[in-house]
Amino acid sequence: MSLRASHLTLNRENEFYLNDVSFEMLPGKIYTIIGRTLSGKTTLLKTIAGLITQDSGELLFNGGNFDVIPVWKRQVAMVYQQFINYPHLNVYENVAFPLKQRKILATEIDKRVKQALDQVGLIGFEKRKIQALSGGQQQRVALARSLVKEANILLLDEPLVNLDYKLREQLREEFKKIFSSKASENAILIYSTTDPVEAMQLGGEILVMDEGRILQQASAKEIYENPKTTKVAEITNDPAMNLFSGNIAEGKVLLNSTIQLNLPTHFLELPDGAYTFGLRASGITLNKSGFPFQVELAEISGSETFLHLGQEEIHVVGLLDAVKNFDIGETVSASFDIEKLFAFGSDGNLMSSPYCGLN
Amino acid sequence: MRTFYVTLKYIAVTLWSMFVIAPFLWALSTSFKDFNSVTSGATYIPWVDFEPTLEGWRVLLRSPAQGGVNIVEPYLNSIFVTCFASLISIALGTLAAYALSRFTFKAGFIRNDDITFFFISQRIMPPVVLAIPFFIMLGKLGLLDTLFGLVMVYVVLLMPIAVWIMVDFFNKVPIEIDETALIDGCNPYQAFYKVVLPNSIPGMVVAGLFCMIFGWTDFFFAFILTFTEVQLLPVAIVSLNSSITPWWSLSAAALVSVAPLIVVAFIVERYLSKGNLSGALK
Repeated sequence: MSLRASHLTLNRENEFYLNDVSFEMLPGKIYTIIGRTLSGKTTLLKTIAGLITQDSGELLFNGGNFDVIPVWKRQVAMVYQQFINYPHLNVYENVAFPLKQRKILATEIDKRVKQALDQVGLIGFEKRKIQALSGGQQQRVALARSLVKEANILLLDEPLVNLDYKLREQLREEFKKIFSSKASENAILIYSTTDPVEAMQLGGEILVMDEGRILQQASAKEIYENPKTTKVAEITNDPAMNLFSGNIAEGKVLLNSTIQLNLPTHFLELPDGAYTFGLRASGITLNKSGFPFQVELAEISGSETFLHLGQEEIHVVGLLDAVKNFDIGETVSASFDIEKLFAFGSDGNLMSSPYCGLN
Repeated sequence: MRTFYVTLKYIAVTLWSMFVIAPFLWALSTSFKDFNSVTSGATYIPWVDFEPTLEGWRVLLRSPAQGGVNIVEPYLNSIFVTCFASLISIALGTLAAYALSRFTFKAGFIRNDDITFFFISQRIMPPVVLAIPFFIMLGKLGLLDTLFGLVMVYVVLLMPIAVWIMVDFFNKVPIEIDETALIDGCNPYQAFYKVVLPNSIPGMVVAGLFCMIFGWTDFFFAFILTFTEVQLLPVAIVSLNSSITPWWSLSAAALVSVAPLIVVAFIVERYLSKGNLSGALK
């Protein structure tokens, strides 16, 4: 079983929703599509479901043309970011709906619905009205309804984005557990998200999307270590990877007149010239021997502080592993961890990564 | 301070209620009066101000031969025409509205919004414009002065209301619900009647209420398109009027004619305030 897309393209009013999208997906794996809002994630999922028809390119499922099969016969399941359930049915009836639609025996339906509700932790809620459930519970019902079908392809479109922080963490863990048992049952799982942390945590294969195009498809580790372009580096890091244009000359990395860094060993083979350098927020530390920066903004998030720093045209975000208060405009000195520097060419493609040669 | 505001609120509500209910009470008291009690100045309370009589109500049930106006038949006619026209309007209107809300139509410069406006525009022109065409059409079809002809005309008048209300309603129903139904194995028709329709009942109830109000109270077309065979209630009530205006039987007829709408409004209000229906789709 496999799902193959070749050169899917969808263009509406001169805007690409899908731009030459090709991939092959195999059962038993989680595929995470990461991209910003309006990058084409939902369009891609809806195209796979059959709700949207592409302008050109084709979808093949098990080698057969998938495009000719209407939505209601495709054996797919989908969970939306809005909590979509049938408001006129109670929890049990909601989960049983797709099975009844397939005219499955009542006893079999009962067994499978109970099992699905058990998987999502909603036993005892069978008779509840959908409107009487919390957002998290409503999304669990939607998930149960998609699990119960034992569909070949399970599509999850940012299923956690409308939940509060705590619940999101909790459900993400549960999802992971459910998926790992589900994935072994021969289903292709496609999960879309805007959150890099979520994408990395789910493991599996990551597809990075932007403006309808797939920029990179690789394992989470590979994307972390070798983001193919500056765009990928920005999308798959939170906060986005710091990017600065600069030069390599005279055995140094020159970002501007003050910030001059020693050449890290993994840059030794790069010829002199102009590059875009990348450094994750965690690679910037406050250090007396560093370069002077003005504090532009300090965001405290849980036990960490995101520090927005500026010096002339260089703006960076640093991640401090502590909660600290800063005055805006205050001068601090920060140093760059040169061993974590990425170098991208002028076209934005990765030239050198600190992880090169380590694998 | 709080009690002051609450008291103020209650006073305002009471005054408003009196303002609304007063005409009904006035009609009720008038319906029990005779000629003398009506013409000899304002009187309010039966047995104290005037001697009540059932004459005004009896006229409504007496046959014309006995000097009365039988409103039972027009009453039943009105119920029949209003209910059927409303049902047909909602059935067709809901289908049209669903199509307008979910599918994109294109014919030259005409788009969905233009089609919706075309429906509503039927209500914008003055009824007089439609009167003569309707009269000629029904005449050619041999449907003048028949219940069936009236139902057809009323469908034309009521369906725009149903379409208008239902388009608005469907536009608020997330399309993802339809999509989920498709993904769950419904073909587009099943998605409509198994999922969308059961969730549209509140909208249909509201549309039905409006259709019934407009249909029930129409005088103009009922007057023009009928002669002797079929009479609708508003026309029957007006025909009560003679050289002496019989205020007592007019009042009784007015109360009788407004009663079904009040009943319907109460039922609908109960239905909508259940909350689980009106708030089903967010």
